[in-house]
Amino acid sequence: MVFTLTLVIFVLAVAAYMASRRRALQIGGDAPATLHSRPSYHGLHSLLWVLIAGWGILIVLVMFGNWWITSSLMSDIGEALPDKEYIEHQLILSDARAISEGRISSVSDPLRERIAGRFSTMSAVHTWALIVGSLGAALLAGYLSYSRVAVEWRARNHSENVIRSILLVTAAIAILTTIGIILSLVFETFRFFEAIDWQLHKYLFGTTWSPLSGVFEGKLDAEKVGALPLFAGTLLITAIAMLVAVPVGLFAAIYLSDFASSSVRSVAKPMLEVLAGIPTVVYGFFAAITLAPFLRDSGEAIGIQVASESALAAGIVMGIMIIPFISSLSDDVINAVPQTLRDGSLAVGATRAETIRQVVLPAALPGIVSAVLLGISRAIGETMIVVMAAGQGANLTANPLEAVTTVTVQIVALITGDTEASTAAGPAFTLGFTLFVMTLLMNMAAQRLVAKYRERYD
Amino acid sequence: MSDMTSQPEIERFDHGSITAVPARLKKRRASEFRLKTYGIIAISIAALALVSLLWSVVFKASYAMTEHYIVADVTLDAETLEIDEDTAADQIVRGDYDAVTTEMLRDLFPMASGRTERRALKDLVSGGAAFELGDVVAADPDLVGETVSFAFLASDVTDLYLKNEYGRLVEKDVSGKLSVSEAAEGDLVISTSTNDFAEALETVKRHLYEDADSLRVKAARQANAVSVYTERAEAAETEEDRATLMAKAEKARVAEQALLDEAAALEDRAAGAGGSETVDDENISLLIKAGGGWIRLSELNRSQARGEMLTGVSLPIENETEWQFFTTTMPEASRKVSDNQIVWIETLRERDQIEEVFNWRFFTSADSRAPELAGIRGALVGSLLTMLVTFALAFPIGVLGAIYLEEFAPKNRFTNFIEVNINNLAAVPSIVFGLLGLAVFLNVFGVPRSAPLAGGIVLALMTLPTIIIAARAAIQAVPPSIREAALGVGASNVQASFHHVLPLAMPGILTGTIIGMAQALGETAPLIMIGMVAFIVEVPTSITDSASVLPVQVFRWSDFPERAFEARTAAAICVLLVFLVLMNLLAIVLRRRFERRW
Repeated sequence: MVFTLTLVIFVLAVAAYMASRRRALQIGGDAPATLHSRPSYHGLHSLLWVLIAGWGILIVLVMFGNWWITSSLMSDIGEALPDKEYIEHQLILSDARAISEGRISSVSDPLRERIAGRFSTMSAVHTWALIVGSLGAALLAGYLSYSRVAVEWRARNHSENVIRSILLVTAAIAILTTIGIILSLVFETFRFFEAIDWQLHKYLFGTTWSPLSGVFEGKLDAEKVGALPLFAGTLLITAIAMLVAVPVGLFAAIYLSDFASSSVRSVAKPMLEVLAGIPTVVYGFFAAITLAPFLRDSGEAIGIQVASESALAAGIVMGIMIIPFISSLSDDVINAVPQTLRDGSLAVGATRAETIRQVVLPAALPGIVSAVLLGISRAIGETMIVVMAAGQGANLTANPLEAVTTVTVQIVALITGDTEASTAAGPAFTLGFTLFVMTLLMNMAAQRLVAKYRERYD
Repeated sequence: MSDMTSQPEIERFDHGSITAVPARLKKRRASEFRLKTYGIIAISIAALALVSLLWSVVFKASYAMTEHYIVADVTLDAETLEIDEDTAADQIVRGDYDAVTTEMLRDLFPMASGRTERRALKDLVSGGAAFELGDVVAADPDLVGETVSFAFLASDVTDLYLKNEYGRLVEKDVSGKLSVSEAAEGDLVISTSTNDFAEALETVKRHLYEDADSLRVKAARQANAVSVYTERAEAAETEEDRATLMAKAEKARVAEQALLDEAAALEDRAAGAGGSETVDDENISLLIKAGGGWIRLSELNRSQARGEMLTGVSLPIENETEWQFFTTTMPEASRKVSDNQIVWIETLRERDQIEEVFNWRFFTSADSRAPELAGIRGALVGSLLTMLVTFALAFPIGVLGAIYLEEFAPKNRFTNFIEVNINNLAAVPSIVFGLLGLAVFLNVFGVPRSAPLAGGIVLALMTLPTIIIAARAAIQAVPPSIREAALGVGASNVQASFHHVLPLAMPGILTGTIIGMAQALGETAPLIMIGMVAFIVEVPTSITDSASVLPVQVFRWSDFPERAFEARTAAAICVLLVFLVLMNLLAIVLRRRFERRW
């Protein structure tokens, strides 16, 4: 229905465009130059307003209507069964919806039938409201815009103002997204902390992570939400990844920018780009199916016990994933060091290695540090490699050969697990919020470093 | 630079002596050489990683290249099918084709008896084969009552055995004459005139030693556990803890002793020189093919053996020279295909009833729990629909946003805030976008779960910063003279941007968009958050149907225990990579053909 309406409104908009344009042409008649705006701008003005009015009302009505139906039916159910849990109310509602749509529901009783009846009436009302509201708005906007077509009507200026506003709105979607992320994370995080009576230290420094085992009447067991093993595991895997990625990425960048011949560069650079373009799920597959068994077997061969979901395997593969990231960012900053500095150093007799070590690297250091910071933030937020290759159990250890779990692994486990969504959401979103804050701080620091560094040579 | 005053750390050296120069120069050159070597090593490590990653994927995927069929005559008996004249045309497909398939297999191998063996026999053929037979009959109901030749899809176990995934059947040289006679019911006595079994006996014994060794390794682990628990028990704070830890240590000690005893027993058995040796399913299997059938040995010495008949052997055999002796490379207990199944498959192969064809099914069927039936069509269509939604949202919004920021935005704090936001969003972990989609689009706006619509919206928000950043760069690259010329002849700002700057920037914008879309195509974590991990058998037809996408399919399959899914996972990865390569190639072509430098 919504899709059809969207199309119909679009067709209406095109029709409005043609109508207004024709009218402008007629008004202009033999002397089109007397028109303030060219006919197509009269058309454009109508098109824009029909789309804005029609689609805008449609979106508002769809969102508001769904909310209206759900909330009023939920309150109905709540009145009928005040002593049942919220989740059961939701179950009844979805059953009622299934009945009214003619599908098969798990149970059917008088209450469900009654709610189903109300649901059908309300959704019929909703559908009619959608049709009448959005089409009415579109037609009205079209008519108003059409009736304004005149010789002195500044259609171009008006449509350009509309276009500018649209541009502003599209640019502001980034802000909306950020707000959406923060709101959705904060809301659940708040509920989670409420459920553990605001014992923040228990979350940040507790060592037992088993948040779903102590759920009772909406309260969580504060002793079992200690996320320290998760943070430690994340840190361990990130550290291994950076031990692989930083030296390899940095040396590769130095070599490519200051030593390599152009033929080597033309092979090595695309190779690093290919490495960067491989989806993380492929890296995860590689870690879980190839590298982890290899490490376990070679450990066994020399008498060391390596867990099959060891932090080492996940860390190394994550390091490989971050190599191109570090190398391309470092390459940029190393290339941004002015050639004059290099020439000066070479001119006084330094070798290329000395120039790099004592002139280029110190000058590029802030950029390299920011590249490393961005790499760390990416490693912390990386999900698929650790979900596929790291462990599930919270294990507080610094031994890279053991299995550890990470923040992202636990988010996935909680959200995709069998526990009902409302219970698992609290810990999951709190972990997500922690992750968001950590990466945000690191990105800001990195950006600040880069900004400061740029000032020095511009 | 600012720190000119601080003394740089330079080695003090003797300026007077000219003889010191060569030595110092050597050192300096060596350090230059070192730095260069590190660089080459770094590049090689990256190349090695890339090659081994791609190689392991392609190698594993090669197992999914083909599929096997068992071609056999099947009698479509109306009674077995439970079909009669009254059956409506659309009910024919519901006949009991499973029973017909089972009957066909029993006719092929009448020796199979007992529950396990019959089950194993049935497992040669995929569970989906009966449905395919049903479809064929439903299309041509006249076939009922006839005997037709039909290609039954082989099960994953059969398929993997035929691809040598469960080891090989090695033929041993034999020179003697074989005699076989039945000592008791089902118990065969086998002998050859020369020591034909000697080599196999060696292998069997070696295997016993290897088993003993691995038992000792396990015992050593238990010994380690004993010492750890004892240590912890000594350090335990409460009496209770100590007791439990001591109990654990004791348990580990018992386990260690049991393992050591077992290992010693195995070694004793193996050391018993010359005598006969029993062969159980922990050891390699020994198979003899003679007299038109197969025999499995259960006990042997250098020239004599006992065994049982697997498929019909015409007894007795006396001084036969035409016989073959095979050993497997893997013990029966550690492979999914049993000795019986091997013999059946080998018999079928000999009769030319096995057919190997390219695995088109992988591209034309949707997901399934049975690996031999599973394909990626559903995930491919799901990915396509998701990408369509992503493109439809991210491209216009991204381009318009970039135009605003580059052409119209006033230099104020609000614009600055937008820019900071975009840069930060580009670095937000993808899983957080998944949480946003779950909380806002699914729970508040009621977008259907697992649908390409929800996935597309989330991926669009995720790709948006990439597209905006690329589009801004492309717009910046258009020289100001173009815009000024347009303004000079009387165009408005909007006209100059949309009619002159944007068309020139389009190739760059498209390149950036394609790269952003390629990223989105490989993205998994946010889609898992919005429930696209569900098991979906149907190919989605609209953006509100439940669907899966390629990378999520890879993730799900990689989790399944069946060996055959590993190959299919790798094959799905190959398909995903092919699409990524194509998209990137398109981006490169666009850049090459249309990019203009001013």
